[in-house]
Amino acid sequence: MQRYSFFSLARNALSQHEGWQRAWRSPPLKPEYDLVIVGAGGHGLSTAYHLAKEHGITNVAVIEKGWLGGGNTARNTHTIRSNYLRDVSIRFHDVSVKLYEQLSRELNYNILFSQRSMIDLIQSWSKLRDLRRRSLAMALHGPDYQLISVPDVQKRIPAMGDLSGVRLPPLAGMLHPAGAMARHDAVAWSYARAADSRGVEIHQHTEVTGFTFGTNGAVTGVETNRGTVRARKVALATAGNTSHVIAKAGLNLPLVTRNLQAFVSEPVKPIIDVIVNCPDVGLYVMQSDKGELVIGGGTDPIPSYRQGCHFSTFEDVVASLVELFPRFKSLKMLRQWGGAIEFAYDASPIISKTTIEGLHVSTGWYGGFKSIPVGGLTYAHLLATGDPHPLAEAFGLDRFTGLRFLLEAGTVAQR
Amino acid sequence: MTTSRLLSGGRIDRSRPLRFSFDGMKLGGFAGDTLASALLANDAMIVGRSFKLHRPRGLFGAGSDDPSSMVERLGPRPAANQLATTLPLEDGAVYRSVSTWPNARHDVGAVAQLFSRLLPAGFYYKTFMWPTWHLFEPFIRGAAGLGRVPGHDAWEPVSESRFGDCDLLVIGAGPAGLGAALAAGRGGARVILVDDGTSPGGRLISDGGDPDDWVGTSIAELKSLPNVHMLIASTAWGYHEHNLITVLERNPVDAPDLDFRNWKIRARQVVVAAGAFERPIPFADNDRPGIMLASAVRTWLGRFGVRPGKQAVVFTNNDSACSTALALAATGAAVTVVDVRHETSNQVREALDQAGVTLLNGSMVCKAYGSKRVEAVDVIDADGKTIRLPCDLVALSGGWNPAFHLASQTRETRSVWHDDLATFVASHGDTRFRLAGAARAEFEPMACVRDGVRAATEALQALGMTTPSISIPELHEPFIARTVQPLWFVPPRKKGEKVFVDLSGDVTTADLGLALREGFDSIELVKRYTTAGMGVDQGKSGNVNVIGIVGTLTGTATQSVGTTTFRPPFVPVEFGSIAGARHKARLYPWRHTPLTDWHIQQGAVMYEVGLRWQRPGFYPKPGENGQTAASREASAVRNSVGVYDGTPLGKFQLKGPDVPALLDLLYISDFSKLAPRRGKYGVMMSDDGLIMDDGVVFRLNDTQWLLHSSTGAADRVHLHIEQILQIHRPHWRVSIIPVTSQWANATLCGPRARDVLAAMEPDFDISREALPFMGMAEGMIGDIPVRVFKVSWTGEASFELNTPARYATALWDKVMATGARFGITPVGSEANHILRVEAGYLSTGHEVDGTSDAYDLGFGPLVSKTKLDFMGKRSMDLRRKADPERFELVGYLPVEPSRMVPEGAPITPGGNKADQAGFVSACVMSVALGRSIALGLLHKGRSRMGETVHARVRDEIIPMTVVAPVFHDADRSRVKS
Amino acid sequence: MLILTCPWCGERPEGEFMNLGEAVPPRADDPSAMTDAEWSASINERRNIRGRHTERWWHMRGCGTIFAVVRDTITHDLFEAADEPRP
Repeated sequence: MQRYSFFSLARNALSQHEGWQRAWRSPPLKPEYDLVIVGAGGHGLSTAYHLAKEHGITNVAVIEKGWLGGGNTARNTHTIRSNYLRDVSIRFHDVSVKLYEQLSRELNYNILFSQRSMIDLIQSWSKLRDLRRRSLAMALHGPDYQLISVPDVQKRIPAMGDLSGVRLPPLAGMLHPAGAMARHDAVAWSYARAADSRGVEIHQHTEVTGFTFGTNGAVTGVETNRGTVRARKVALATAGNTSHVIAKAGLNLPLVTRNLQAFVSEPVKPIIDVIVNCPDVGLYVMQSDKGELVIGGGTDPIPSYRQGCHFSTFEDVVASLVELFPRFKSLKMLRQWGGAIEFAYDASPIISKTTIEGLHVSTGWYGGFKSIPVGGLTYAHLLATGDPHPLAEAFGLDRFTGLRFLLEAGTVAQR
Repeated sequence: MTTSRLLSGGRIDRSRPLRFSFDGMKLGGFAGDTLASALLANDAMIVGRSFKLHRPRGLFGAGSDDPSSMVERLGPRPAANQLATTLPLEDGAVYRSVSTWPNARHDVGAVAQLFSRLLPAGFYYKTFMWPTWHLFEPFIRGAAGLGRVPGHDAWEPVSESRFGDCDLLVIGAGPAGLGAALAAGRGGARVILVDDGTSPGGRLISDGGDPDDWVGTSIAELKSLPNVHMLIASTAWGYHEHNLITVLERNPVDAPDLDFRNWKIRARQVVVAAGAFERPIPFADNDRPGIMLASAVRTWLGRFGVRPGKQAVVFTNNDSACSTALALAATGAAVTVVDVRHETSNQVREALDQAGVTLLNGSMVCKAYGSKRVEAVDVIDADGKTIRLPCDLVALSGGWNPAFHLASQTRETRSVWHDDLATFVASHGDTRFRLAGAARAEFEPMACVRDGVRAATEALQALGMTTPSISIPELHEPFIARTVQPLWFVPPRKKGEKVFVDLSGDVTTADLGLALREGFDSIELVKRYTTAGMGVDQGKSGNVNVIGIVGTLTGTATQSVGTTTFRPPFVPVEFGSIAGARHKARLYPWRHTPLTDWHIQQGAVMYEVGLRWQRPGFYPKPGENGQTAASREASAVRNSVGVYDGTPLGKFQLKGPDVPALLDLLYISDFSKLAPRRGKYGVMMSDDGLIMDDGVVFRLNDTQWLLHSSTGAADRVHLHIEQILQIHRPHWRVSIIPVTSQWANATLCGPRARDVLAAMEPDFDISREALPFMGMAEGMIGDIPVRVFKVSWTGEASFELNTPARYATALWDKVMATGARFGITPVGSEANHILRVEAGYLSTGHEVDGTSDAYDLGFGPLVSKTKLDFMGKRSMDLRRKADPERFELVGYLPVEPSRMVPEGAPITPGGNKADQAGFVSACVMSVALGRSIALGLLHKGRSRMGETVHARVRDEIIPMTVVAPVFHDADRSRVKS
Repeated sequence: MLILTCPWCGERPEGEFMNLGEAVPPRADDPSAMTDAEWSASINERRNIRGRHTERWWHMRGCGTIFAVVRDTITHDLFEAADEPRP
């Protein structure tokens, strides 16, 4: 792997940057691999990297129907956090944050990881109760999540307007210092480059059209638009599209796909230094390093793969935004988009074997950007050893057959 | 005034001069100018600096496709990012260039150019890792961004949101749009015509057409038609499913107080006649001020009477720029046309010849000179010789890109490369929208009108309507973009020369080459790695060139390179316009009981509870805080009598022969034998075996039942029941009517409650025998009709006095007047909370957090022993079979009696930092016991009575004794009194 | 935002309705006759179709009818009213 550093940048500047090598190869597709990962997004690539790094499994193809990192990795709003209620969820996401903290240097690729803290703005007593419970549970496991006063909130978010008389006036805030953001595309690219350098092959524009099975019913490979690829194990990492991919293998999962929209403003000088999340009204806003305000809200209220803008949801988010930030009324929206996110019946992730031998899924991420490092780490462990990683034991599909849901309180409304 | 403003021409009002300032320069313009045209008229060529390298930048386009003319408006109405080309000039306005210091002409940030070699595409991915990105981030953030968001004096535009609907929405009032609107309008269809300019007519006007010609008469006719509504200064920016189109109208003429109106137009059919954007031909240092699109030059000349240069080079690969050359020549400018094509049509050649314009065929501009303004260009002629042409203006035309962005937003169409037209066109129309005119690569004006008529006719035909035949006007424009010879860029002669392909992001062809070299080989990856197309114009000026260049560099056919997605909005839209009038109470309307005013008059602190109901939290007296007020109120209930407004409680009236069956399916216990005029407490689960809600059902008489839900669960419960009745058991005969707000409620509670009720002199029997616990009575209190339910959520005898909502204040006044001598105390939610915790009653959102089943919360005794089925039973049994050890409801007594435990505190083994074994759901200072008490869930809690457990609150460990989850009236004797 | 056709009220804007998700078959008359696996699948598994699927809507702020429609989850186009799915 060609080393990236200021010195290599300076050295290459002398040759007009013509000496840079490919960040990943474009090898021919072989008929057989030890393992095929379907989906070259953050999770698929992170899984490939960890398979190679921790388990020495490198005869791996990551196949992708579109372009690398072009699914939800390209469509999310790059927030990283670990504020959960359940012990397993806290531990899992805490590890993810810690892996993210080291990622730029581990992968020698600046993912612009910016740990600028997140503030959950509390605008109802029930949310105060929910989040206080969450904060005390988190204190058992490490990650910090502290109640702060409204004046403290205002000090940290000076762009917020005068709060007197606003609808749903803030009662307090929850400060999550680990809250961070990163350049989403760069996360996919950094894993792709690192996995490739360890021997993993990435094949873009290779779409799975079906699966092949042995006489014992076990999966033996995938059929693609570029031919059949044999593999002893197949691992899906197809966020948003898992249901219809796995339907080709005849399986049905407890998943629903919905649209999650986001939008950015035109770039402006630094105005918000933290990630602001307002769960009571369904709004979050942060500012990218480029200066764009990155804004989003809750999922659209209908099953959808449209990746567009459900206008009433959008209006709600914007109305809530300018209620708290009246100064933003004259700012302009530059671009909006949607991503197809899927979530399980209990809104917790699934990293699991399936009832088909050799076929595995990592899904139900409900916005899985924050989980990419730990998702890859634990999925790779399952694929390599056949056993769930200790951090992800609770995320098996078997929980659904006994209806033993892993519910985050507060996700009730999603059921 | 300077020489750039022509003495005549343009659609500006020379009788109305305007003063303004830009970067500290005091300048003048005229009404009808944009900021851009006024700057150009003043020879203020540098309007800003580039995003990354701070190179001087001038005006490039004349409309929303301009990539570099963002300014701040310091006043009036201070606002951050305003595009000079679409900003009407205002008298007295003060503007400033963005990201410059001290100003755009002299900018310290230009030092970045010295390091430009270190700043190729994606340079930041390769460095700034050591020691940590956080060290560098503040500098990068500070350097990035455009305008500064003004402080508290920021302009807050006033906006509204409005629905519109029509048979045909025509987007764009150029020749095609006018043709479509005329045809449909004359045909009687309800038409809305939107145009983003203040003067409709499209290129016919921006090129300086006569306002009294066909455009003028057409608009006059459209305005006279009652079935046609015309929106000017209005941009269609979003195309959503089911033909919902969002249109931003600026400064609506009918509403002087409004800055913006966001239309949500539901159109049965749509014609997109949004025109086309000219594309440039990039070459080395093509970003120098004075280098601009040929069509923009025509707009400056024709629309604004501004001549942006006296010595012009027109660089083109098609015929359309000939018009620009002729228009410039007509003002006396010296013009040279550099045509990539070896052959130019006779018609063009002759026209240029007559105007004295020099034509160089088979030639290319390969480099510009000058720093703050273009001073010369190098041209490689047909023989390969380099000629240096001095100039102060370069006009570019690389062909035209149809503006079918809106059509792409529908997802029904994709863009396809059309070799003959040398442009991307939309693959096809949909049954609900059609493209017309230049948006469909039809550039000749008469053909555009004809195409608009065609599109409207087809659209109306689809609706079963007809259009009259329209006579096509004589509109001659000999020089249109036919015979385009694609030229995506002119390669630099020397390495290191910068050929800008996206001016708003400072993206060069070398950046594209680097991305490809590094393996970012799909167009989306190239865009994301280099940020091409991600700037303020969202690729309007450069995207197609990026595709062409990637094709050239990779040896791929343009069609195979692919295209990137056009995302909304078509032009940037103000957030304020989308929020409209939604503000404060209009953001999310409250629900009030008829007694809200009374509560507020009594000084109640109002809380918002479930489903946006406003309720009193507590009624503080002087010197009281929330806790002391709540304690006083709760004590009053325990010792004498209190009253609360229970109106928001969800209420559903059920009727029909199958109600007993419904109730038996809904609730865990047996309801079918409920006798008339009796009530019963019930717990309902969703079919996944988790508790959903609880409440009391009264059987009002033989045929009617009244079902109560929690306040916040009312909608959920309603839906749950409707699903049973309409989907699962459609043969059942049950009607359900939600009556929550039909009934108001004053709930008397406390040992003296029955005395107060008696003193109100009801005309019905309220004795213990006639009105026992879970009994009911109906009649009159004075002239107020009342229905009384004897239930309790307080641990005291409680009488729910229900009355039709219009009697609410009369009843409440009567209660307060009669209760005065009993010392009746109004009680808010906080006191209710204390009372219900003491009595061990459950609350949604506290103990009922959506993860528990009936047994978990101690409702095992209520579960029917005889019913084979009820909602949630199968799931609950299945889950418990596999995992019987669950969190169960218990009471906690903190070992230290004055110790309050925060709600939500986890219980862990020994109070260690370990996995949660339970939690505290509620903790109050009991007025009955004079100590703190708590409820919560605990792993296998019911088998652990008397055990000491530990709550862990950060670094503190709080020991508590596990007790039964009831602290008051355990035998329910008070409740039943 | 969609325009939905309520069987009683005709074409109405989406804001009057609540989406109830994919139309699953009505609840069994006797859940105990189903195997554990069948039952749990009926609770939480969804086909989650990318393309035309049948879903239910509740005319919550209208006549209260629950009805099924076929909708394309990619384009959001609506098709002819659907028959209620049967177990």
